[in-house]
Amino acid sequence: MGDEDIPGVTVVVPEGSAEAEDTEAPRPRRMTLNMGPQHPSTHGVLRLLLELDGETIVSAQPDIGYLHTGIEKEFEVKNYQQGVTLTDRIDYLAPLSNNLCYCLAAEKLLGLEIPPMAQWQRVMLTELTRLNSHLVWLGTHAIDIGAMSVFLYCFREREDILRIFEMYSGQRMMTSYFRIGGLALEPPRGWHKRIKDFIDVFPSRVDEYEELLTNNRIWIGRTKGVGFISLEHMLDWGVTGPMLRAAGLKWDTRKAQPYSSYDKFDFEIPTRTDNDVYARYLVRIEEMRQSSRIIKQALEGMPEGRWTADAPHVVLPDREKMKTQMEALIYHFKIVTEGFRVPAGEVYQVIESPRGELGYYMVSDGTAKPYRVHVRGPSFGNLQAIPEMVKGTLIADVIASIGSMDFVLGDSDR
Amino acid sequence: MIADELKSFPVVAALLEAAPEALTGGKFDRDELTLEIAAQRIVEVCAHLKDEWKFARLSTVTAVDWYPEEPRFEVVYHLHSPERNERLRLKCRLPGENPVIDSVTVVWRSANWYERETFDLFGIRFCNHPDLRRIMLPEDWEGHPLRKDHPVTGDRV
Repeated sequence: MGDEDIPGVTVVVPEGSAEAEDTEAPRPRRMTLNMGPQHPSTHGVLRLLLELDGETIVSAQPDIGYLHTGIEKEFEVKNYQQGVTLTDRIDYLAPLSNNLCYCLAAEKLLGLEIPPMAQWQRVMLTELTRLNSHLVWLGTHAIDIGAMSVFLYCFREREDILRIFEMYSGQRMMTSYFRIGGLALEPPRGWHKRIKDFIDVFPSRVDEYEELLTNNRIWIGRTKGVGFISLEHMLDWGVTGPMLRAAGLKWDTRKAQPYSSYDKFDFEIPTRTDNDVYARYLVRIEEMRQSSRIIKQALEGMPEGRWTADAPHVVLPDREKMKTQMEALIYHFKIVTEGFRVPAGEVYQVIESPRGELGYYMVSDGTAKPYRVHVRGPSFGNLQAIPEMVKGTLIADVIASIGSMDFVLGDSDR
Repeated sequence: MIADELKSFPVVAALLEAAPEALTGGKFDRDELTLEIAAQRIVEVCAHLKDEWKFARLSTVTAVDWYPEEPRFEVVYHLHSPERNERLRLKCRLPGENPVIDSVTVVWRSANWYERETFDLFGIRFCNHPDLRRIMLPEDWEGHPLRKDHPVTGDRV
């Protein structure tokens, strides 16, 4: 057959089997195939070791760690406010969700009260992040399965969102716009109109994506009944987020343990029961619609007020005050040179990121630097379920199955 | 010692009944319940919490290094019960010399990667783990970077 000559392909002949003795016999052969780490459908650097029997997968072994950057160690040598910039780089498709979770954890340790305006801005921007992340997911997932054009549509809207982020923070992706104690800057002039213009048309854009895919026979053929994994297995393996909701579990941290005023917003948790790639697609599409509902409500009901908490020992003073008031100058000097001290203790803050349960476990020893920060990335938990999910399915379905997990390797490797 | 205010939590009361020596301490701080468990009883306690208290999910496992204090390591488990909408943190102290604890993969299979990560970055070994290998770092990496005595920068010599 000459399989041995193809790089990355090894044919394993079990010793003592009929095949080893008689090469002419019909061959139930197992093949080990290496997929990744540079395979385009793995969206980053994930390696899958697949053991195949013909086209059927006998077992799969994910191999992660190619993107490990030691972020958790890095947290320990930065002061609390500097740590925000690291969180962007963990899940680079949902930077603001990570900013938010980190800030909430630190604020819980500090016992800070965040003004309503900052909270609502946070909700609005985090939901825009969810749209951003789901759009990248939808575009790339569709490309993996062979629908090229959806990608272009999705990236058109994603560009609008990135421009909004740029307007707010000067950065398209690594915004670090949320800070411990509120927001980094006052929302820019004209933000209301900019977001309103976007969110007014966005639902019709979702209709466009749906027109391309929802009733598309090829799409249905490639996704329906594919990638099944039972709810019990998912809970057991640590899967969270839209995957669970596509299996019928109505669980969303935004509703169950509301943070940052999510309890003041009216939205639904979309669920499905089919538990396949197609159901996960429908759940995420509906989540985009719900997110735009939340953004609309935030726009309409945005409270007046400050964008930072009333905590001079944590939040940098306004430029004007710093130049005219002695006390403000002292605070400014102290915060810039040594940071602020955080009372000793530990918290585990959990939020609903676009990918599932995002958790920050933060331990403080009373100094200006976190003693330990552990990040529970949703992708890490989700990826664990790959072997269970693809076992016994066809190799052609692997791409659709892992695509439906929506993982980000930066989030799992950290 | 278990403070009296903790005994008002049904979980704590039930644990005290089922495995009194396993529970060595705890606190309720910033709306989060933390229980300290004797390291050798961790699997038993986890199984009990999963079966009787519906903690269907293990959210994460990690560790904290309190070097140079002894016992040096703290293994931290975050449990979650979607059904009862509750979270719980368990902690076990381990010595700096040869830190070993039983794996909870028999209770939740998701512990597999979390424990591998903790093993990789802290060098804590988990007994009866099905596949205890490094997960983030290369196989030939020396040392465990999240230990406090591991340098943040500098060349390896």
